[in-house]
Amino acid sequence: MSLNLLLQISPEVTPSTLGTANPVSIAIFFVFVAVTLYITYWAAKKTKTGSEFYAAGRNISGFQNGLALAGDYMSAASFLGIAGMVATMGYDGLIYSIGFLVGWPLIMFLVAEPLRNLGKYTFADVVAFRLKQRPIRIAAAAGSLMTISFYLIAQMVGAGSLIKTLFGLDYEIAVIVVGIVMTSYVLFGGMLATTWVQIIKAVLLLSGATILVLLAMAKFNFSPGELFQSVKSQYGENMLAPGGFITNPFDALSLGLALMLGTAGLPHILMRFYTVPDDKAARKSVFVATGFIGYFYVLTFFIGFAALALVGKDAILSLDKGGNMAALLLAENTGGSAFLGFIASVAFATILAVVAGLTLSGASTISHDLYVHVVKRGVSDEKGEMKVAKRATIFLGVLAVALGLMFKGQNVAFMVGLAFSIAASANFPALLMSIIWKGFTTKGAVWCMITGASLALILIVLSPTVMVDIMGNSEAIFPLKNPTIVSMTLAFVVGIVVSLLQPEKEAADLFESEKLRTYLGHGSEK
Amino acid sequence: MSKTNTHEILQSAAFKKLVKNRWNVSLSFTFIMLFVYIGFLLFVAYDKETLKMPIGDSLNLAIVVGLGIILFSWLITGVYVYWANNYYDEAVKEIKKELI
Repeated sequence: MSLNLLLQISPEVTPSTLGTANPVSIAIFFVFVAVTLYITYWAAKKTKTGSEFYAAGRNISGFQNGLALAGDYMSAASFLGIAGMVATMGYDGLIYSIGFLVGWPLIMFLVAEPLRNLGKYTFADVVAFRLKQRPIRIAAAAGSLMTISFYLIAQMVGAGSLIKTLFGLDYEIAVIVVGIVMTSYVLFGGMLATTWVQIIKAVLLLSGATILVLLAMAKFNFSPGELFQSVKSQYGENMLAPGGFITNPFDALSLGLALMLGTAGLPHILMRFYTVPDDKAARKSVFVATGFIGYFYVLTFFIGFAALALVGKDAILSLDKGGNMAALLLAENTGGSAFLGFIASVAFATILAVVAGLTLSGASTISHDLYVHVVKRGVSDEKGEMKVAKRATIFLGVLAVALGLMFKGQNVAFMVGLAFSIAASANFPALLMSIIWKGFTTKGAVWCMITGASLALILIVLSPTVMVDIMGNSEAIFPLKNPTIVSMTLAFVVGIVVSLLQPEKEAADLFESEKLRTYLGHGSEK
Repeated sequence: MSKTNTHEILQSAAFKKLVKNRWNVSLSFTFIMLFVYIGFLLFVAYDKETLKMPIGDSLNLAIVVGLGIILFSWLITGVYVYWANNYYDEAVKEIKKELI
């Protein structure tokens, strides 16, 4: 990547310096890429075996993994998007961000420890533990790959347009640069490099957002009261209270369940629990992650309101009608173009880290679940598996770039909701029932996952989200914007009914012996 | 570890109590979290006016409740970690002694 690529300035004239090549952001971005590629080089020397490639040798500490989980979860979309939502819709942005946080306690209570004790590299390990490998692996891989693909499309398209706005770089070049850098992390440095990229990114993002809030709050004498007062006097008290975001309680509940339980079914998040030495470290990492993510959403709440008070709604909306530039405009307003450059490069780093995590998790699904357990029927040699994992990484890197280019200019915001919906409807119910229910069977699990994934997909296409907002129809066949309340409930029902109709004695017997591993960690992967 | 030993552990009162306690705690915490979050969504859906109630000079109930849920979500994971480190892990240690 040469410097002149980065200096192609977009012709649009904007009231701020956004969209022009900012020397500070280019410098910081280059330092970030240089440091992370150096880490990748260091990690590559320690990444030879499967356990090293997929799980960083299970040597990541609970605290480090907590930061990395937060890094995986705090996307540029949540940084810029939620701050933007608060800046344009006020309090409603907070309701949305709370939905993203409340899944974390459930990960702690329901899945983190059993997942670490039972599994090896993917969440399908846990579902397949006492059931028949091949059907489970195929169904779980389908659910994982669908979740990852939709999430990836949303991130890549977001990356392209964001970088275009931030750096004035062409959309296509931005997507290709992101694809090449993140593929290098995963391909050469595996989970170890990906983890450190997440940790650095999380520290950068949290400290950048903290400085931004401090700079902005200085203008209000560090008093939240003065900030809210200023918002109230300029835009009225309704900005500080719930508005139109929740009107239909079923819609709200359905989206809420998707965000909450989908978090506990995201393959790239679940995969991180295998990087720590034991269940004790797994639970510590959830506590750390929940703290940082919660703190981050409090910051975005203040960033949004400060942008509203200092930059103004019209200025924010004139640059991007979704309000996504609110945080960046606030950075420029409070810290000048150098600080804008810093925050912009943090946003870029954020995207790189998130797509790297997704790609690694997709590669492990293809090589570990599909190649080893379906093609090779569980008999793998490590060399062959690693070869497939690396090829899968390159394939996913190319696919991510291709999807990013293909969906250019499309409205892909709904795909994040769709990814969460599939995760909540297909991955989470199967994972939960395999952990807690003795009577859960292979057929039950497969039908549960098929029902959840296909209903989530079909119903979203028939929902107002796609039929009205994207296809422009006046009405939709399915009334709710998010299908999870239906698709997840039916996935549970189908899983339970099918399991009851045809019990699987072997699976029930194995459930007893797997308890030693689930609850005592006896025989867990070290 | 012999087969009978595994069986004995699984059948022991201590192990059964461990598993039962674990899910009592986990499921109660899960229901508390679901109750808080779904309660919040329904509150917002059905009673927006009450949420506008001012608290102090410049805050209102909505902001206090919203930020409160973020804090609560973190604290409840902390309580779980405290319980697991002090009670669950101790019980596991006792049982493992017999296992080896």
